[in-house]
Amino acid sequence: MPKLTLTVNGASHELALDTRTTLLDALREHLHLTGTKKGCDHGQCGACTVIVDGRRINACLTLAVMHEGASVTTIEGLGRPEAPHPMQAAFVKHDGYQCGYCTPGQVCSAVAVLDEIKAGIPSHASADLAASPQVTAAELRERMSGNICRCGAYSNIVDAITEVAGRQA
Amino acid sequence: MRPFTYERARSPAEAVAAATRTPGARFIAGGTNLLDLMKLEIEAPAHLIDVNGLALDSIETTPEGGLRIGALVRNTDLAADARVRRDYVLLSRALLAGASGQLRNRATTAGNLLQRTRCPYFYDTNMPCNKRQPGSGCAAIGGFSRQHAVLGTSEACIATHPSDMAVAMRALDAVVETVRADGAARSIPIAEFHRLPGDSPQMETVLAPGELITAVTLPRPVGGRQIYRKVRDRASYAFALVSVGAIIQRDGSGRVALGGVAHKPWRVEAAEAELPRGAKAVADRLLAGARPTQENAFKLPLVERTLGAVLAEARGG
Amino acid sequence: MRFDTPATTNPIDQLKIIGKPTDRIDGPLKTTGAAPYAYERHDVVPNQAYGHVVGAAIAKGRITSMDLAAARRAPGVLAIVTAENAGRLAKGNLNTATLLGGPEIEHYHQAIAVVVAESFEQARAAAQLIRVDYVRAAGRFDLAAVKDSGRPAPLFSGPADTAVGDFADAFAAAPVQLDATYTTPDQAHAMMEPHASIAAWDGDRLTLWTSNQMIDWTTGELAKTLGIAKEKVRLISPFIGGGFGGKLFLRADALLAALGARAAGRPVKVALPRPLMFNNTTHRPATIQRLRIGATREGRITAIGHESWSGDLPGGKPEAAVQQTRLLYAGANRLTTTRLAELDLAEGNAMRAPGEAPGLMALEIAIDEMAEKLGLDPIEFRILNDTKVDPEKPDRPFSQRNLTQCLRLGAERFGWSRRSARPGQHREGRWLLGMGVAAAYRGAPVETSGARIRLDGSGMVTVETDMTDIGTGSYTIIGQTAAEMMGVPLDKVVVRLGDSSFPVSAGSGGQWGANSATAGVYAACVKLREAVAQKLGFNAAEVVFADGEVRSGNRRVPLAEAAGESGLLAEDRMEYGDLDKRYQQGTFAAQFIEAGVDAATGEIRVRRMLSVCDAGRILNPKTARSQVIGGMTMGVGAALMEELVVDKRLGFFVNHDLAGYEVPVHADIPHQEVIFLDEADPTTSPMKAKGVAELGICGIGAAVANAIHNATGLRVRDYPITLDKLLDRLPAVG
Repeated sequence: MPKLTLTVNGASHELALDTRTTLLDALREHLHLTGTKKGCDHGQCGACTVIVDGRRINACLTLAVMHEGASVTTIEGLGRPEAPHPMQAAFVKHDGYQCGYCTPGQVCSAVAVLDEIKAGIPSHASADLAASPQVTAAELRERMSGNICRCGAYSNIVDAITEVAGRQA
Repeated sequence: MRPFTYERARSPAEAVAAATRTPGARFIAGGTNLLDLMKLEIEAPAHLIDVNGLALDSIETTPEGGLRIGALVRNTDLAADARVRRDYVLLSRALLAGASGQLRNRATTAGNLLQRTRCPYFYDTNMPCNKRQPGSGCAAIGGFSRQHAVLGTSEACIATHPSDMAVAMRALDAVVETVRADGAARSIPIAEFHRLPGDSPQMETVLAPGELITAVTLPRPVGGRQIYRKVRDRASYAFALVSVGAIIQRDGSGRVALGGVAHKPWRVEAAEAELPRGAKAVADRLLAGARPTQENAFKLPLVERTLGAVLAEARGG
Repeated sequence: MRFDTPATTNPIDQLKIIGKPTDRIDGPLKTTGAAPYAYERHDVVPNQAYGHVVGAAIAKGRITSMDLAAARRAPGVLAIVTAENAGRLAKGNLNTATLLGGPEIEHYHQAIAVVVAESFEQARAAAQLIRVDYVRAAGRFDLAAVKDSGRPAPLFSGPADTAVGDFADAFAAAPVQLDATYTTPDQAHAMMEPHASIAAWDGDRLTLWTSNQMIDWTTGELAKTLGIAKEKVRLISPFIGGGFGGKLFLRADALLAALGARAAGRPVKVALPRPLMFNNTTHRPATIQRLRIGATREGRITAIGHESWSGDLPGGKPEAAVQQTRLLYAGANRLTTTRLAELDLAEGNAMRAPGEAPGLMALEIAIDEMAEKLGLDPIEFRILNDTKVDPEKPDRPFSQRNLTQCLRLGAERFGWSRRSARPGQHREGRWLLGMGVAAAYRGAPVETSGARIRLDGSGMVTVETDMTDIGTGSYTIIGQTAAEMMGVPLDKVVVRLGDSSFPVSAGSGGQWGANSATAGVYAACVKLREAVAQKLGFNAAEVVFADGEVRSGNRRVPLAEAAGESGLLAEDRMEYGDLDKRYQQGTFAAQFIEAGVDAATGEIRVRRMLSVCDAGRILNPKTARSQVIGGMTMGVGAALMEELVVDKRLGFFVNHDLAGYEVPVHADIPHQEVIFLDEADPTTSPMKAKGVAELGICGIGAAVANAIHNATGLRVRDYPITLDKLLDRLPAVG
């Protein structure tokens, strides 16, 4: 089995994995970081969203072995129950979740989305490609659309992200 | 997913050599489509060649004033590139209309061109599918075909190509640069890159076994109003029912390519001569020979109406 | 404790903690990924192996042979369980098809094997090596084709058919008539967490960490299926990643984890692969519904008839789509019928607001159509036909019914006066805009529910009940109830849920959970208060629990001290008399939608949403609001995109993944407004509450449809309303 080194939430891990093991299963089944969820395992729901080398991706659609030396941030790396990340606290305050299963993916995506807007990356909702994108509800909704919430917390999630964005601005 | 061996290639030459050497080898870059299919054993490579380290991830200006887009440029980066946003608006818009932020961060330019169809029968290995298992039949014909092709179909397959990016590339006259197993490079105009299904729908492009895409080149900017209009039931994170990519010049001339209607991005250059006569005239030419099913016949008026809206928008209406 | 007379003043009425918009107490765990779901319990038992489920490749027929040899030889494989080697299995009372099929196949993707291996990758790969030969049998897959073979089938709320007065004559005589047929498609729960379980045997005792809404039902069903005593089975399900009715029952993940673990001699975990879920598990059945409404020219309904057809596997149940039509509008002559035909698709069963959700999708378009025929505003038409009594049993009043207030308040808040009565009048750029309204109704059932409360020497209150929190907020409202009753702040309460070793609760379903489970906690708290009072020698009738103290006259004792070192324990359950027979207890809402329809493409996007809800006392406005917006979101899905597409030749739901079965994404949902009338209903329980979890979905589908009509003048009676159903009737482009 190929060996690899992954930095997850700042800690380095040596892993010997089946080539078939996805980054998602490496996190959940091997590192026991089960905060990252498996909703569909096919890139169709976003529950497995993690931040790899600064970018959010679907951990289910990438092999662990392809990430030798990568730095992965999962929901556990953003904050803890007793010391939450501002985005996690805002989700609690705005009730931006119900069953909680899509929530880690939503939170990871939300954190990355604000970075993407700050970095000037446009979206389908950006009216003018030449201008810097702004934190508007339409931008957030479009950018968060890769994270499905079947409980239907969308309206509250957008409120939570908007609040965090306002505090950052 | 069947067991496979894995290696990281360090150069295109090394990658194609490995592909030639190893039976059942496949290149993997973003993996967002290939892994999806491997989990269902629709794809079952014995060996994966990871090409992510090939340093094909830059966008360079060509001597002709166009752009050379490395095969590994991620969809996000391509859509966000300042030159693309300024000069190839259609491409940026098409990319941003596709998939999700997470997928665009991973998916590559070459991989996007090589996406396989989203036909649900192709995705269900219990069902007959000539694309997945040549000769087994096509369950989509006579089945659920609302999203399927209306143009260029065959008795063997009515699948569509799902890419948005490829529609823009087609309108922009992109050229696909490859290196073959013998080390020879070639340039394939995008118009010739994707195949129609015919009686071998399992073959989707003209790439030879072991041939690797290294870049996609765009000619000099053509200006004009560039509009990509994707029509779908869900407001985001959904494949197109139809899409219209258009480049309309001030004099009313222009280019039009369609997505969601065929096994490849659909463009009929002769139809573009009809642009001054309006959407119906263009659509009639574009859609000539269409063979819709009962369930997807709506795509024909939808193309015409969407094109009408796009032309109105291009006129500033 | 027995609740058989309307509640009077009780400690809940203090509303110090109950009724306050309170953050979920499980929020910090859920938002940081620290809440453990079923498949994630690495901590509970070592040496877990992985099970992968194989589904049948045909819809109906027989397995003639299964070749397991290659799979058995595959690396890491520990065991393969099929119907042939599983031993005798019974079928649960709540299952229609067997959970482990073979040799008979009852529906597509019915589980036929579980492969257990050391790793997930090995189990999945080995499962693909099983070769199965089948003989296909003819099946019935087309509801429209078989509907006339349907037989009367009773609803869970009443008989198959009801009739009052003379519907046929009254309808024929009515000067204004509507006779229209509507269809709703099969729909999937598509909860984000797949069905998942870890099973571990200890001798003949089985522990199952699972994801299930109904702990006691499923404990019994698993025991029955395995042929072991219920006492030998323990279920643990503290966090559930969504259910919506899809996790009410024992499903294949749980049974196959148990069988796989027995065969492998090791704990086994199983999650259903997403592409298997849609045909393997239950779904909301499709309906065909005929509505006939007759009214006077002034708009008083004189005849209302609702007939519904649905299908299910042999032995299955109907979709109770006529349920609300028995109760929602006045009218002297009435008829409802329910017919159930046999279909060989996967099992149909409850999904969020079973009955009302598809029923109101039809009824509330019909009401809009009638209003249009009558030249009445659809709100005024509804108010004109409002009723304060059960229209089928006029001597039975509603315990509360504020539908008219909901409609009036909603109209004011939504700006209904800006709606043009004539459709197709508002355009904003490419968008044709319209407003729609619908009434929503859902029952407010209560179920027996128990709890155990412990008060310890540090003053902490621990509540244990097998109630589940499927995203509904049970943890929080149960904590609020105990805090209110015991006079302690919320952070002095620990809530433990979802364990079959806890007292049996109502569970989560039918929007009965919130009121029933908190009433059970109320009952246990009353008992604990008595125990405290007795221990202190206080008069139980005069004692006050507040600020962490017990007070009687001028005596005050801290709760911690009252508990003493050994603590105090109380357990009770709330049972109900016949108040729900004497009164019709229901929840009501007026739901408003503004929708835009792209004039060229027919794409439909919802722009504004409002629900005004009459649902008893609101225990926690924050979590209750989330329940309602969640329902509203699912309602948008039902209106615009959700459809399990049946391949009527091959007999299966074709679009069986989350790319093919579209549910709303962020971009589909605008800001959502919810208003609660928040009026306590003393007939429902000492909590004076009702459910809201299902009410939110009930009227949205029709409200969207009515908004589309208002925007375009086009009436679509077949859901989902997709652009292809509008396209040929939209105005010319350009």
